[in-house]
Amino acid sequence: MIKKFNLPQFILNTFFVLVCLTYILPFILVLSISISSEDAIKQFGYTLFPKIVDFEAYKQIFSNPTQLIDAYYVTIIFSAVTMVLSILVMTLMAYPLSRPNCKFRGVLTFYIFFTMLFNGGLVPSYIMNTKYLHLDNNILVYILPALVSAWYIIIIRTFFQGLPEGLVESAKIDGASELRIYFKIIMPLSKPVVATIAFFVVIAKWNDWNTALIYIQSPKLYSLQYMLQKILREAEFVNKIALEGISGTFQDYKVPTESMRYAMAILAAGPILFIFPFFQKHFARGLTIGAIKG
Amino acid sequence: MKNEFSNNTVVSKVKIAKSLSKKKGYIIKENLEFLILALPGIILLFVFNYLPMLGIIVAFKKFNANLGIWGSEWVGLKNFEFFFTSQDALRVTLNTVLYSLDFMFVGLFAAVMVALLLYNIKNAMLVKVYNTIMILPRFLSMVLIAFIVYAMLNPVSGMLNQVIGIFGGNSDIDWYSKPNAWPIILTIIQLWQSVGMNSIIYFASLMGIDESLFEAAKIDGASKWEQTRYIAIPHLIPIMTITTILAFGNLFNGDFGLFYQTTRDVGMLYPTTDIISTYVFRGLMSGNMEVAASVGLFQSVVGLILVLLTNMIVRKVSPENSLF
Repeated sequence: MIKKFNLPQFILNTFFVLVCLTYILPFILVLSISISSEDAIKQFGYTLFPKIVDFEAYKQIFSNPTQLIDAYYVTIIFSAVTMVLSILVMTLMAYPLSRPNCKFRGVLTFYIFFTMLFNGGLVPSYIMNTKYLHLDNNILVYILPALVSAWYIIIIRTFFQGLPEGLVESAKIDGASELRIYFKIIMPLSKPVVATIAFFVVIAKWNDWNTALIYIQSPKLYSLQYMLQKILREAEFVNKIALEGISGTFQDYKVPTESMRYAMAILAAGPILFIFPFFQKHFARGLTIGAIKG
Repeated sequence: MKNEFSNNTVVSKVKIAKSLSKKKGYIIKENLEFLILALPGIILLFVFNYLPMLGIIVAFKKFNANLGIWGSEWVGLKNFEFFFTSQDALRVTLNTVLYSLDFMFVGLFAAVMVALLLYNIKNAMLVKVYNTIMILPRFLSMVLIAFIVYAMLNPVSGMLNQVIGIFGGNSDIDWYSKPNAWPIILTIIQLWQSVGMNSIIYFASLMGIDESLFEAAKIDGASKWEQTRYIAIPHLIPIMTITTILAFGNLFNGDFGLFYQTTRDVGMLYPTTDIISTYVFRGLMSGNMEVAASVGLFQSVVGLILVLLTNMIVRKVSPENSLF
């Protein structure tokens, strides 16, 4: 059977294919620049397909990957720790909010909610974190200030409220403490909301560049994205990374600055692009949870 | 009578629990447990959210790092005066508000249009592919977006100048020193990054329309456009209203990452790209703490007023969508 040619559908699909190309081509361009030779870039500019293929940039990075590895290490550590701790703290906090027998529910809700309405702004936070808490140039600054988000707590609380009331009540008759109920009953039933929030927390932390921009001076503690920002902004930083890999005399060595920049971007963005499709169902679900009134 | 004593233990247990929970000692113990559970979060919010709120007092002081926030000299409204009498005040405020409005309306139009077009594609598999691709940039960091923007706009080797060259135009424009181009550039970047994600909510809503409405319209001879105009779009209007009103609450909060990263923080572009957040950040970095703090306070207070105002409006328009 021959399918009837459908013009409107054809036009619609063409439109979306073109739109999607505006999303895919930039990534191909970045990839192409990273494997172009420096001379080709000088001569022809950035091209969608490399005129002269050259893996010099990658060789250069892998000959001395200290900075890249440091940044990966720091980013993985603080993303993982933030994820675990923030899920723990936020679910522990959301649980009393979801229980009708909690007497200070109203006060606590306001205490959390108010942080969504008003904040001191960047400067007081900066003075607090550096002068009083001494978190500057410390990996904890990536973790501690970002643990509690009022919005996520409200989403979690709403989910908890949807769980059957009888489960908790009957556990209480059996003498279970609230902590036990939280661990043994509530948490095992809350995997969907926990997975969704965990995903959003990890993405946010993985993409964190502003914390380092404000609080971190030591290159050993740079987050991945902040390292990338320095690479994009500062040619000297790229040269430093490149030349550390060469022992002895390097006067003659010409650093492939342009291609190295983009090679670093590829190496840093790769994992996210790769795991992205597998997590799609989580954030689709997260959106529907988020749609519930707080 | 027999029914009440049936095996439904859960129900009877709930009854016992209710009688139990009336005992005073029990209530105290229970709430103490709740308090302990919530305590880590309470402390974290206090330290990282409430203390800085108190610290905002620095906006009324001449900050001296050695004396600390409390010890510094009180100067009243001088910092505010400094900001509001400078040329920057009007510029950053206007930029912030105008970009917010721009993103709000262009974004709304694009998201609704994408949702409507996707809705009309018959192949569900393709819809999913398009969707996935268009959502992707929402999960990339602003730094990576800035990389892509730089690959386009780099004056020497960038794609945009090459394309302009192909069409015989002036192919050595330095985009990073052309402030007039940036309102359009930033709108395109913002749109590119967020339209996929924003269209999802409209698409999901369209999927909820009863098919029979369209069937009936078809029988009555309605064209595709008429079906969209009289069935699909009216169906989306409540969500459009809510997202727009909520965006008003964020009128004063520009996306720091977008304005700081994609512009590469180039001074020449400030006339059209400097917003309150970037201004406060620069104030902080240059050590001009107290003025930056006063601008931050201005932003927070106006933000609070806007949220309260929009919430009031939402409560009138559609109470079920109000925040509180």
